[in-house]
Amino acid sequence: MLDPHFNPVIRVRGLHNHFGTQVVHDGLDMEVQQNEIFGVVGGSGTGKSVLLRSILGLLHPDSGTVELYGRDVQSLAAADLNSLVQSYGVTFQNGALISSLTVAQNVQLPLREHYSLSEKTLDQLAEMNLLMVGLPPDAGPKFPSQLSGGMIKRAALARALALEPKLLFLDEPTAGLDPISASAFDELLLYLHSQLRLTVVMITHDLDTLFQTCSRVGVIVDGHMISDTLQGMLKNTHPWIQEYFHGPRARAAEKEAAEKEAADKEAHG
Amino acid sequence: MTAPLALERQGDGWRLRLSGDWSLAAMPGIEAQLNSLPALDGTLVCDWTQAEAPGISPAWALLRRLADTCGQQPLDVRHTGNPPHFLELLQKLHVDRHAAYSQQAPATLERLVGKVGRWAVLQGRHGRGVMVFLGRIATVAGEAFRRPQALRVSSIARHIYETGITAIPIVSLIAFLISVIVAYLGAQQLSRFGADIFVVDLVTIAVLREMGVLLTAVIVAGRSGSAFAAEIGVMQLNEETDALRAMGMNPVELLVVPRVLALLIVMPLLTVIADAMGLAGGGLLSLVNLHIPLPQFMARLRESLSPTTFWAGLVKAPVFAILIAMVGTYRGMQVRDSARELGRLTTVAVVQSIFMVILADALFAVLFVQIHF
Repeated sequence: MLDPHFNPVIRVRGLHNHFGTQVVHDGLDMEVQQNEIFGVVGGSGTGKSVLLRSILGLLHPDSGTVELYGRDVQSLAAADLNSLVQSYGVTFQNGALISSLTVAQNVQLPLREHYSLSEKTLDQLAEMNLLMVGLPPDAGPKFPSQLSGGMIKRAALARALALEPKLLFLDEPTAGLDPISASAFDELLLYLHSQLRLTVVMITHDLDTLFQTCSRVGVIVDGHMISDTLQGMLKNTHPWIQEYFHGPRARAAEKEAAEKEAADKEAHG
Repeated sequence: MTAPLALERQGDGWRLRLSGDWSLAAMPGIEAQLNSLPALDGTLVCDWTQAEAPGISPAWALLRRLADTCGQQPLDVRHTGNPPHFLELLQKLHVDRHAAYSQQAPATLERLVGKVGRWAVLQGRHGRGVMVFLGRIATVAGEAFRRPQALRVSSIARHIYETGITAIPIVSLIAFLISVIVAYLGAQQLSRFGADIFVVDLVTIAVLREMGVLLTAVIVAGRSGSAFAAEIGVMQLNEETDALRAMGMNPVELLVVPRVLALLIVMPLLTVIADAMGLAGGGLLSLVNLHIPLPQFMARLRESLSPTTFWAGLVKAPVFAILIAMVGTYRGMQVRDSARELGRLTTVAVVQSIFMVILADALFAVLFVQIHF
């Protein structure tokens, strides 16, 4: 069995990936600690999704090691890999809900595969996971095509949570959502993070989400990753990071986050 | 291993001791134990002291069970012994759930009537949809007389290549093999009466009147009817057709009409090839199996042909082409929402176009007999 308290949860060392002549990762290192929300940012084509796919074992990197809970993902036997897969939840960019199954069946899918449970219990658990992500119970019998973008993201999160993972990977969880839905998703994520004591790795382009939720950020530049807290990132002198965190959009998001923090402090005394 | 649940009396209430593995992995065992709990009332204390690695799913099942299991009065549940940190969240969800659930499912009869009604409405809409589709195609075709660029020549050429040129090998091979089989089986029967030479009549008439065109139609329906439905279906799923409409282009003009026209051009040509290959197959078998030399085969062939035999087959080709192309493109345009719909409608397109082709063939057979064609 895996040790759920192993630290660091994720350790990537010297990751190399290239496609044809284009080098995506050139010795990338990354470490994610227990119970943090780690944001991964980078320009388009810097290999954020490739990194995620390497960590999940969906893509075999050219070289480098990926360890989850101290176990090397690439050298695991099939049975161990299976238990490793059950220890994390993933949501994909467009939800990746199975379109021929209802939302409730989508949530039940991993439970049905890994445990032999009665239909009644499966229904109860689907209902719990849907309630947990703030979906109304009547969303259960609907098909993914009948849901709005925000509801699809929530349903995907419910499916990712079904096996009670301690580690959650989110690929662009708020992309394509209106600001209200996106900030509601941020709040949901923070709430679940504190209630379920999750470790979260999130790829995002949404600066608001980044400033509201992430405790640490990793920026992919020139095939490497620079990780730091948000405050540290703001002081970084790398030109791309400067531009990213000091552009007009970043300044607005930063200001808003600071105001919110001040208001929270005031409210608590 | 200890049982996950132990119920005991405590004063005038109950005490439920949870012990052993309470993670999601132990769920099946916990589920069975929960189901065997009797109806309870009064107060109940849940003791979590000995529960190991409690998971959120078993805890939810426990809460649900305790809420359902109460007797006349609601059970007053308290948790002690370091209950898991997420219990608060679950209790909040439980309240949400009660607020959300109020409506009841309709009765069986109502549901049945509703189902029949919905089906009837759907069929009505369907019929209307077909008429609208035919109307749109006719409109574009009419427009082409005034505005020749409405006929997308490059698109038509592409579809001629994909549905026609690339189909030549398979159509030739199948026509050849089927007519060899027919000639071979026919020869078995006819040689018993010493009427070997009539194999030529059999092959000629069967291939030219029926089999050449029918086989071609079935192959084209399987190859291109499905491709039409799938191509247009994926475009529907990607909102490409909506994008075309939004840019002021007509998807029927761009996607449907070129395919219909291409198939209209290609089908008669493929039929001629199938006819030729069929006759070649018959000729070869006659030579090898019945020792009828080729000049004699040709002479007999000329005798057995009436002037209309060839045309009786060929005239059906454009009709079949229109049926196949229209069913394929129509089903493709119907695709909405999901990958499952795409698969279903592609299948429907193939099955329905083959059915329509055979139905039309039967009507042609009756018609040709009536007018002595």
